Amino acid sequence: MTYAWDWLIFFKPSVTGEGLYGWMLVKGLGWTVLISLVSWLFALALGTVLGILRTVPDRWLAWPALLYVHCFRNTPLLVQLFLWFFVVPELLPLAWGNAIKQMAPTTGQFLTVVLCLSLYTAAKVAELMRAGIEALPPGQRAAGAAMGLSQIDVYRYVLLPQALRTIVPPLTSDFMNVFKNSAVALTIGLMELTGQSRQLSEFSAQSFEAFTAATLIYMVVTYGVVLVMRHVEKRARIPGMLGVAR
Amino acid sequence: MAYEFDWSSIARAWPYLLDGMGTTSFLVAVAMVLGVAFGTVLAILRLFGPRPVVALAAGYVNFFRSIPLILTIFWFFFLVPLVIRAVTGNPYFAVGPVYAAIAAFVLAESAYYCEIIRAGIGSVRAGQLQAARALGMTTAQALLYVVLPQAFRNMTPALINQTVALLKDTSLVYVISLNDFLGAAAKIGQRDGRQVEMFLFAAAVYLALCSLGTMGVHLLQRRGAASRR
Repeated sequence: MTYAWDWLIFFKPSVTGEGLYGWMLVKGLGWTVLISLVSWLFALALGTVLGILRTVPDRWLAWPALLYVHCFRNTPLLVQLFLWFFVVPELLPLAWGNAIKQMAPTTGQFLTVVLCLSLYTAAKVAELMRAGIEALPPGQRAAGAAMGLSQIDVYRYVLLPQALRTIVPPLTSDFMNVFKNSAVALTIGLMELTGQSRQLSEFSAQSFEAFTAATLIYMVVTYGVVLVMRHVEKRARIPGMLGVAR
Repeated sequence: MAYEFDWSSIARAWPYLLDGMGTTSFLVAVAMVLGVAFGTVLAILRLFGPRPVVALAAGYVNFFRSIPLILTIFWFFFLVPLVIRAVTGNPYFAVGPVYAAIAAFVLAESAYYCEIIRAGIGSVRAGQLQAARALGMTTAQALLYVVLPQAFRNMTPALINQTVALLKDTSLVYVISLNDFLGAAAKIGQRDGRQVEMFLFAAAVYLALCSLGTMGVHLLQRRGAASRR
């Protein structure tokens, strides 16, 4: 059996009548980037707050954060997505559940994926944030308190400015993971890059070209993330500290 | 809240769910054993191999780390059968989803394990390798009997963490309709209209299993910290 290679398939009109085959991949990439960037912003904000809460001396604040991080890190992303998509709308009050189910399908899927990916990634960011704060010498917190700073001011002026800058290098891999994890969106019907490449392979029967293109696009995107983060790292490095060369 | 729970649906689906759990454990076990073995080889090549081999191994690791696991699974499910058919000339050759999943997981996870093992070997002092060489051991012997035992001891927590991640990752075989634990729960849930109970139960089981792993890691780390005092 011979496989008929056709690398020009991306420039041929698609059987769906919606323009060229290549356009499917462009749309898919658009969704992947949109989902990932929005989720990443939410995850950074929520994860930073949770990470800080995990390090405060007050147990009533630290425990819920610990529970959150534990639960979201110890269940598969796909299970979490199904919980948000299939289970939560059933358990909400009837009117709310119906409102969610009656949303335009793409909007509903997009919001669910963003919610799921944000909360999942936030748990990872929180762990980094906690490690960043705990890695600081304990004298920093004590010195802040000795200067007469309040708890909040110790965080604001002493701990966070240092911790936020030291966690930038390890954040890179989590940023990359958001892009890779966004592929789960295809399981609830949102056709992002991986989903579009599968559809392209089914519609055109040019499976190799479709999956190769998607693979290359992902590699370019992740390399782009590495480049962006390298720049951020350089800006955020604390002078006088050992910068990890990557 | 209008939903009426029917937890007995889980009892009725029990044999099927157990079957799915069997598939999940099989995938985890095979991918872990082969992934660690292959990952160790990769790590040694990356650290001690000649320069072209180092570049090749690094390229392999970076490749699998930069694409989504779902895409890797698709490669093996949709494309490798085409390749094998072209090579063997047998147009009816089929790869079962289980084998596609195993191949995808072993190759991708070995890239993840490689990075952990590389760091673990790096944590052993260079003097250990030099001393073993001075005793007349070959590099292979020195690695096998002196460096790797210490390295594996140091990286056990990281390896367990990665295996927990692997357990979570196996749920992705849902995309090729393989009946792992999540796949079984999803299918029964759709058939009986009991997705709420099934997915909540699946989440609880995964949470319990992964918690065992992460608590083991905590225990090991505490003991490790105590023994180093």
